[in-house]
Amino acid sequence: MIYDVVILGGGPAGLSAAVEAKKDGAENVLILERDRELGGILNQCIHNGFGLHTFNEELTGPEYAERYIHQVTDLGIPYLLNTMVLDLTDNGDLKTIHVINEEDGYTVIQSKAVILTMGCRERTSGAIGIPGYRPSGVFTAGTVQRYINMEGYMPGKEVVILGSGDIGLIMARRMTLEGAHVNAVCELMPYSNGLVRNIVQCLDDYDIPLKLSHTITFIHGKDRIEGVSVSQVDEKMKVIPGTEEYIPCDTLLLSVGLIPENEITRNAGVEMDDRTNGSVVGELRQTSIPGVFACGNVVHVHDLVDFVSEEAVLAGKGAAKYVKGTLDTNVTFTTVNGNGISYVVPQQVAMKNVEENVTFYMRVRQVFKDRVVNAYIGDQLVATKKEKKLLPAEMVNFKIAKELLAQYPAGEIRFVVEEAKK
Amino acid sequence: MIKELTCITCPMGCQLTVVDKNDDGNFEVTGNTCKRGPKYAINELTNPTRVIPTTVVVRNAMLPRLPVKTAEPIPKGKIFDAMKVINQVVVDAPIKSGDIIIENLLGLGINVVSTKTMAKC
Ligand SMILES: Cc1cc2nc3c(=O)[nH]c(=O)nc-3n(C[C@H](O)[C@H](O)[C@H](O)COP(=O)(O)OP(=O)(O)OC[C@H]3O[C@@H](n4cnc5c(N)ncnc54)[C@H](O)[C@@H]3O)c2cc1C
Ligand code: SF4
Repeated sequence: MIYDVVILGGGPAGLSAAVEAKKDGAENVLILERDRELGGILNQCIHNGFGLHTFNEELTGPEYAERYIHQVTDLGIPYLLNTMVLDLTDNGDLKTIHVINEEDGYTVIQSKAVILTMGCRERTSGAIGIPGYRPSGVFTAGTVQRYINMEGYMPGKEVVILGSGDIGLIMARRMTLEGAHVNAVCELMPYSNGLVRNIVQCLDDYDIPLKLSHTITFIHGKDRIEGVSVSQVDEKMKVIPGTEEYIPCDTLLLSVGLIPENEITRNAGVEMDDRTNGSVVGELRQTSIPGVFACGNVVHVHDLVDFVSEEAVLAGKGAAKYVKGTLDTNVTFTTVNGNGISYVVPQQVAMKNVEENVTFYMRVRQVFKDRVVNAYIGDQLVATKKEKKLLPAEMVNFKIAKELLAQYPAGEIRFVVEEAKK
Repeated sequence: MIKELTCITCPMGCQLTVVDKNDDGNFEVTGNTCKRGPKYAINELTNPTRVIPTTVVVRNAMLPRLPVKTAEPIPKGKIFDAMKVINQVVVDAPIKSGDIIIENLLGLGINVVSTKTMAKC
């Protein structure tokens, strides 16, 4: 059987993309998931705060996932669990997906279109190289999230967290609730990498100190971690001598960032963007290989699942259009990150595919207060978005109406952070 | 009285400013994107509450833990007492999302509900 659209990964991006592709007329849709259930990372994110604006209700991760899983089953979209995608090859009009699962062993699946929704993984301790031994008791925050919330065991009682990413903050609260003592969250940067709401409800609520401009300089302990040395850093992120402090602990959590999971994407030959570590995508999340789409954390790391679902709808629409032969391939605009902006997604826009507007997702390089983000085409100011506060941890979403963009023939859309004009 | 706080109701995290001109409990809230902002701010200043998401032990399911939450926010001061009660509970699969796991937690009139459907296996 030849599928219309096969989706690689059954997290929120995959679920939402599958639903949209099916609703938009793709007939044979299939989801492939390596885990034993659908829902992706949301299954371990048991805290509340998801989907308030989508569902008008404050949901936890598993509840949010279930809403989409129901839509998938209501539409009769088939899925294969415990099925690992190994490789994707492009044979022009058909894509071949190489998979392995316990029942069938190695098999291949053929599809007209493919949507990549493999999500992201956590950076590990090796990636940041702290001096000292490598004792047990050092984990990524996401691993501990899974241990506590799904497997049901606590890895320790005296905790230090390195990095102020959201998962680390959420886990600081979670471990405190389960009776652990969280000594500190150390963040190298002078600002937090997590959402402000998580600082408030996960650290401030429990009097957990957030040490900004601090890093761990040594991990003590040989078999099990016994403590860490923490030092303050200067603006150049160099350790300030004499600021060292020893904090005893039996557990160190690392929450130092996420990287899109793109081995399959790279091997398939999809053009990548080294600013996002994801593929270069268009307004409907089409990649450089016709018929291959990508959305969610595999394209760029989103801090909120609501935006993942929003983006996945675009990819689902795109894939359905591709299958029906109505996807336009003429790129009108490319996007550029100007001053203050570190990346922009999508990197390309084909105006013929745009319905009412285009939402550009971007991140700023540093903390800004009372600025505007301006979009220019050539030297023409196209649109402005006012922001009281811009943080690297909080993605900016900048919606521009089709009719505004349509006034310009083609070219580059440049996004810059500027002072607001009085 | 003037107070700055971050609305934590949703991930937008609006920066709210609360002004109580005559210190008589007539709060004026600005900076919110939606109507939940002022409600949160006034609550936070008078009776701060939080929803508690956590887990209970579940038997005969694919995994040994079932995620649960308090169906409504509970007073901040009651969080650790609530955890003690919740951690005593053991349930058996099958369970549906929304099923009541604990009725009337600590006499607060608030239930603890399941947040996941778990089949028996
Ligand atoms: C540890 C962790 C915790 C997080 N916590 C939060 C949070 O609290 N709140 C929040 O809003 N966001 C959180 N995020 C961000 C979160 O990832 C996104 O909000 C959202 O879940 C991303 O959706 P996704 O579908 O793109 O990716 P995921 O949810 O990661 O889903 C990807 C799916 O693809 C599957 N997959 C990957 N590779 C293969 C393969 N080769 N073959 C088959 N299947 C494959 C995976 O098993 C997974 O199910 C967290 C991320 C991580 C890594
Ligand atoms: S005011 Fe509304 S939009 Fe802003 S954080 Fe609160 S709930 Fe969210």
